[in-house]
Amino acid sequence: MTTPHPLAPEQRAITPRDLAGLLASLVLVAAPHALRMPWWLTLVVLGLYAWRAHIALERSTLPSRWLVLGLALFAIGAVYLEYRTLFGRTSGIVLLVLFSGLKLVEMRTHRDAAVVAFLCYFLVMTNLLYTQSMPTALLMALALLVVTGTLVGLSAPRRPVSANLRSAGMLLAHAVPAALILFLLFPRVQGPLWGLPQDAYAGMTGLSDTMSPGNLSQLAQSDAIAFRAEFEGEPPPPRDRYWRGPVLWDFDGRTWRMGPGWLQKFEAPQGSGRYDYVVTLEPHNRTWMFALESVARLPVRGRYTSDGMVVAAAPVRSRLRYDAASLARAAPEPFERPASLRRALAVPEGGNARARALAAEWRRSAPSEPQLLLHAVEFFRSANLGYTLEPPLLGRDTVDEFLFDTREGFCEHFASAFVFLMRAAGVPARVVTGYQGGEVNYVDRIISVRQSDAHAWAEVHLPGRGWVRVDPTAAAVPGRVDAGLARSVRAGDPVPLLMRPRLEWLRGLRSNWEALAHRWNVWVLGYGVDRQRDLMSRIGMRDADWRQLTAAMASILGVFTLLLLAWSLRRLARPDPVQRAWQAFCRKLGARGVARAPNEGPNDYAERAAQRLPQAAAAIRAIAALYIGARYGRAAARERIAELARRVRDLQLA
Amino acid sequence: MIRALFADARLRDWFYGYRAPERGPITLGQRRVYILPTRLGWLYGATLGILLVGSINYALQLGFALTFLLAGLGLAGMVHTTRNLARLTVSAGRAEPVFAGEAAQFRLYLDNQARFDRPAVLARHQASGAQVVLDLPPGAISEAVLSVPAARRGWLPLTRVMLETRFPLGLFRAWSYVEPEARCLVYPRPERSALPAPTPDTDAGTARAQSLGNDDFSGLRAYQLQDSPRHVAWKAVARADDMLTKQFAGAAGIELWLDWNRLAASLDSEQRLSRLAGWVLGAEQAGARYGLRLPARAIAPDRGDAHRAACLQALALHGIE
Repeated sequence: MTTPHPLAPEQRAITPRDLAGLLASLVLVAAPHALRMPWWLTLVVLGLYAWRAHIALERSTLPSRWLVLGLALFAIGAVYLEYRTLFGRTSGIVLLVLFSGLKLVEMRTHRDAAVVAFLCYFLVMTNLLYTQSMPTALLMALALLVVTGTLVGLSAPRRPVSANLRSAGMLLAHAVPAALILFLLFPRVQGPLWGLPQDAYAGMTGLSDTMSPGNLSQLAQSDAIAFRAEFEGEPPPPRDRYWRGPVLWDFDGRTWRMGPGWLQKFEAPQGSGRYDYVVTLEPHNRTWMFALESVARLPVRGRYTSDGMVVAAAPVRSRLRYDAASLARAAPEPFERPASLRRALAVPEGGNARARALAAEWRRSAPSEPQLLLHAVEFFRSANLGYTLEPPLLGRDTVDEFLFDTREGFCEHFASAFVFLMRAAGVPARVVTGYQGGEVNYVDRIISVRQSDAHAWAEVHLPGRGWVRVDPTAAAVPGRVDAGLARSVRAGDPVPLLMRPRLEWLRGLRSNWEALAHRWNVWVLGYGVDRQRDLMSRIGMRDADWRQLTAAMASILGVFTLLLLAWSLRRLARPDPVQRAWQAFCRKLGARGVARAPNEGPNDYAERAAQRLPQAAAAIRAIAALYIGARYGRAAARERIAELARRVRDLQLA
Repeated sequence: MIRALFADARLRDWFYGYRAPERGPITLGQRRVYILPTRLGWLYGATLGILLVGSINYALQLGFALTFLLAGLGLAGMVHTTRNLARLTVSAGRAEPVFAGEAAQFRLYLDNQARFDRPAVLARHQASGAQVVLDLPPGAISEAVLSVPAARRGWLPLTRVMLETRFPLGLFRAWSYVEPEARCLVYPRPERSALPAPTPDTDAGTARAQSLGNDDFSGLRAYQLQDSPRHVAWKAVARADDMLTKQFAGAAGIELWLDWNRLAASLDSEQRLSRLAGWVLGAEQAGARYGLRLPARAIAPDRGDAHRAACLQALALHGIE
């Protein structure tokens, strides 16, 4: 009993073929990380892989454990130097990639190789932390096939690689139904189980809670999707698509801030021009949820602030889908708290003297606030201000310098200057940031709103009418709200590639792709607590809690496993078609009282049956002859077998 | 306690699902195929656990998809591992007799009637640890040869054989026990010694017993396993492919009785059987006609392979049958 077990993975040394499979797997799963890692760490990892391949080719010995330990310490040090932490998301993953190379260098047996394969599965997962897009999913599916094929190869070292890959494909195909059951029924919980690393949400972009000259134009150079909206019926025209985001009250001369805000009970406004739509919001790590002005129905998880924003209870860190409705022409809501009005009149002490003088001039010449507003809009229309994604840097008096010196800016400059002028003239005003416009995908009619649609506008409070939207950018650059960003900015500005007007065909391609990506987002990536509850109530499990879900999942999975087992064994138990036909024939005769004796040959049996059932004698003899021919003769032709089966089926004994 | 339970044959038969030894071809029903995760399987499970926690924590839907696909993969791997063994038909072939101290070559025929191949199936003789790993192609019969050391003369039954596989993923180990009816005849260990003098009751009693065996070279014949290496015609081997043995004519035409009762009284019965077995080989090799006389039976003088086998069998089974 002391002989080594040949199937035990500790016993078998790996072959160059195993190593090649593992290297291919590692390259597939680590390649996306390599693009994110600093180049010198990528080189270290590639060096480790190459070193192991060299050892296998030269049949030289593996490095000593001390050397590997030293290299591991070096790797830890290098990662710490680069990231100043070992426990962040990125640094942890980089460390894992480095260790994959180290594990390879000390890999001796089948067992080590299997551990590397499991590590590959793990690295597949780490890629998904960065992106869950369809191309990533496809690349990772390919990686799964290669890793699984390698794993199969470890268990069957003498089998050809193609056969092992086929087995891996079959195994994965058999895994899909079980995966589907688990995916649909595994109880989803909201939110993280514990604190995530600090950098867990790095790289999520979106509007921030402040606005200073230059930060919105920076954001607008990205064509990443901010959210998508699916309208019931026709979407509103571009000029009405003001997606409301953070409202900024407090100005220090350079930066606008939200300041303190209050939640308020939502009361649906009256009005006309109602739009119902579903928003799929990309994670942006902030609480705001975007909706068209003015919101007529609050999203289920949304809360309403006193300045008309919709916010979520927690920062949006996974794709969020919500229903909303808005009114294009809401009835005026004239009431506003006096404290808020005072806040909407505050301007910083000193500075921007020319703008203050202009505001004082308007105040003097305009008899009423609407008149004053007209003055201001007229000023912006005629001042010949330039609209650019690369605004010149501004000094201390940001408003003055923009309006009278540089005369070029992006929407944050326009909104900031406008609100400053209004406040200086004694009209309560505030800055609203959000998105304006969005592109209708002609494939699925869904509006995609990108970061490049980021916008800032103004609201002024008029007595008897309440807060009224004024878009100074639209006044100065009328094309901005109708034609979008790309046609409005100066030629030569760094507009996102696909926003450029000439590339219509490319945009067509992108529309198709994005329509597909949207389905993927909604049905795969967006399958959370809400969708699960939806689906469960649709199949009759109302308010299913985790116990019911788990019970359903376990039982369906058990049944599935049994079915798979039965299927794979049934294929073995099935006799060949000739035998099957013969058995059917014997059963038919047996039912008429002519059972075959165990030692009776086909000829004798058929003869006995023919005598007992003379009316079917000819058919019985023909079947027996066919059977004997197919069974004991030369390789039976397919038609003969089919004929045998047909004759048995058609045999009439009554 | 468990061991005591297993001492009861009926309980053991029930547990293993068969009654040993089994006659005829044995098909492994799924009730006889056991399956448990391997250490790698547990490690895989732990990996899945970490992946699941990560997916929940980061609310990664594709992470869930990956975790569940891998869970399904484990499940499919379990089914496929069972499938790699289930419904395999095992039958035992003939095992050629061997001498005590040699290894009996038990042949197992593994009939894979399925349309898929069954790679990496281990057949392991439980008592001796003799083992062989086979890849079984679809629709074919493969032969597994188990070299089981034969320590004592008599019948050596093939006891329990374990069939095991970990294909395809190595996460599960499926195994089954079979005990096909097969036995190998084990001759006594032959003791090389000078042949006895021809006995007075033989017809050719005048031969010189002392000179029997090695003196007059008379020709070559095909090598037989029990031939002494000293008699192999190495020069002839170098020229041809076959092993040839030099044959000596010294004993041709002599008739010998190999008699249990004429052996020295100091020898015990096993030593006597060894001495007699050695004589049978020597006499056959020398080309003599020889007979065998045991306490319970006698075999009339003759020569040839069949006669030699009959004599050796009588020696092997002396006192057993």
